[in-house]
Amino acid sequence: MNAIVVKNLEKTYKVYQKKEGVFASLKGLWRREHKTVHAVSDVSFSIEQGEIVAFLGPNGAGKTTTLKLLSGLVFPSAGEATVLGHIPWKRENEYRRRFSLVMGQKNQLWWDLPAQESFRLHKEIYRIDPQQYTRRIDELTSLLEVRHLIGQPVRELSLGERMRMELIAALLHKPDVLLLDEPTIGLDVVSQRRVQEFLKYYQVEQKTTVVLTSHYMKDVEALCKRAIIINQGRIKHDGPLSDILDRFSNYKIMDVQFDGDDMPQDFSQWGEVIECEAPHVKLKVPRNKIPEILSNLLSKYRILDVGVQERPLEEVIAEVFTEQKNEAANAQNEQNVLHSKTD
Amino acid sequence: MIASLRTNWIILKTSVEERLVYRGDFVFATLIRFLPIVTQIFLWGAIYGIHTSSPIKSIKSYSYHEMVAYYLLVMVGRAFSSMPGLANGIANDVRDGTIKKYLIQPIDMLGYMFWARMAHKLVYYLVALGPFILVFYLCRHYFSGWPDAFTITAWILSLMMAFLVGFLIESLIGLIAFWFLEVSSLIFIYMMLNYFLSGHMIPLDLFPEPLSSWMQLLPFKYLAYFPGTVILGKYSHQELIFELSIEVVWIIALFSLNRIAFQRGIRRYSAFGG
Repeated sequence: MNAIVVKNLEKTYKVYQKKEGVFASLKGLWRREHKTVHAVSDVSFSIEQGEIVAFLGPNGAGKTTTLKLLSGLVFPSAGEATVLGHIPWKRENEYRRRFSLVMGQKNQLWWDLPAQESFRLHKEIYRIDPQQYTRRIDELTSLLEVRHLIGQPVRELSLGERMRMELIAALLHKPDVLLLDEPTIGLDVVSQRRVQEFLKYYQVEQKTTVVLTSHYMKDVEALCKRAIIINQGRIKHDGPLSDILDRFSNYKIMDVQFDGDDMPQDFSQWGEVIECEAPHVKLKVPRNKIPEILSNLLSKYRILDVGVQERPLEEVIAEVFTEQKNEAANAQNEQNVLHSKTD
Repeated sequence: MIASLRTNWIILKTSVEERLVYRGDFVFATLIRFLPIVTQIFLWGAIYGIHTSSPIKSIKSYSYHEMVAYYLLVMVGRAFSSMPGLANGIANDVRDGTIKKYLIQPIDMLGYMFWARMAHKLVYYLVALGPFILVFYLCRHYFSGWPDAFTITAWILSLMMAFLVGFLIESLIGLIAFWFLEVSSLIFIYMMLNYFLSGHMIPLDLFPEPLSSWMQLLPFKYLAYFPGTVILGKYSHQELIFELSIEVVWIIALFSLNRIAFQRGIRRYSAFGG
């Protein structure tokens, strides 16, 4: 069954364009120029109940806007969406009791009070059964290893501890859909891993539907099988994480260990040298050329060991984004050229 | 119904706890509010010329003693009706996105704000009650005895409703932030207008006609002037009932305006930013 269905969703904003300078500011007092920004254009996807999906994209790609649409914070300009059968932007209490939105850069806990006070408030707001509440607090605080901290004012907690408390607050009412916007932003490696492990365990246990945005590929690789890549408001890829490499990466990493010092001096005919320390070399080679390169090397040199790996996901995705950006810039330039020609 | 009462109770309780975190700052702020009354006593003493050979008997219908009593009572009224930081708080929540919290949780933002403010006030009364009793005891000779029970009841009602009117006006101004993100100058203008439209500066009937009558048609008088003059015996019982009824009508109107502004504001917020 689908938990989230999105069809042709669009969101455009009008933003005020302020020009530089005092004169422009004064002019802006009575006449303002607006620019239309397409935050999300024609986005469609569906997510199964219990699935965990990553939303990838550079800053300003439309990831957060999509999450805001799903949590009912913004109205779309066109298109439709249902989450658990509800239209999110109607903001029915029935729906709001069934999902949670966690934003790594915003907190929901009371700053000056211990986290347990916020939890107690959530218990009332979400009408959580007292027995279940005690059990959940017990379970979640021990899973996230913050049980001893729930009596301490939130402002005195470290960022990592605070984020874990935020997660507890968001999960207390057992949401069926969990929307995570950069949940590990700013956390150190240890806290990041703890949050990842927790989310993974929790998701498997509870079969919660999770949509996650993150800039840390580690988060994504640890948690998600499926990824939706969004750039400039449009979906560029929707499918298994592993497909991204097949689809967007034309290269692989080849590790070759030669026997002794008998090795080629120049590797540039085969691929880009990443690392070279005799008798060991690391090359970035075109995917379809691997058999050819290998047989070539094997016929000429004595080789002890060969390894072929995928490139790091992070690198590939960064490449996809920059390429698309360049394409867009080129298209824009061409248009400008056309314009200046017709002028 | 019961569940939502419980929720409000927990909001109230949590807000009280939060309020008690910064005790020192809070007690100091509470006590400092008594200072202006001292200057008022000296100022009006000089205006009436009480230390001269021919002091003024009365200004309009106020004797010197009544005038000082008015300011003491206005202080009580404002203890109920003033809402420091409410409009600004709402505006900031809109601007920095804290408002999202109220939109994604099954909760009513204005209701939440109301109970939190109630908590602030309760804690304030707890701290200020002693000083208030002391000040009124020291100033008891400015009052000419106790009014009748009906008037006292009307006074208590006027104080409670002053709280509601004060809350609703300020929250309405805060909600304007949905349209103009920056409302601090608007709040400043409101504070200035409020200062004399509510009777905080001088009793409204001291203004010349027709200004005085016009000012009394506005809801601001319920913030200070009305609760201030009830105890002074300026109204007959019929007049009290009439005034309180008008106040109820104002509360209903302001409440509806708040609801409309909130609904529209949220729609706008959802359409533009979020």
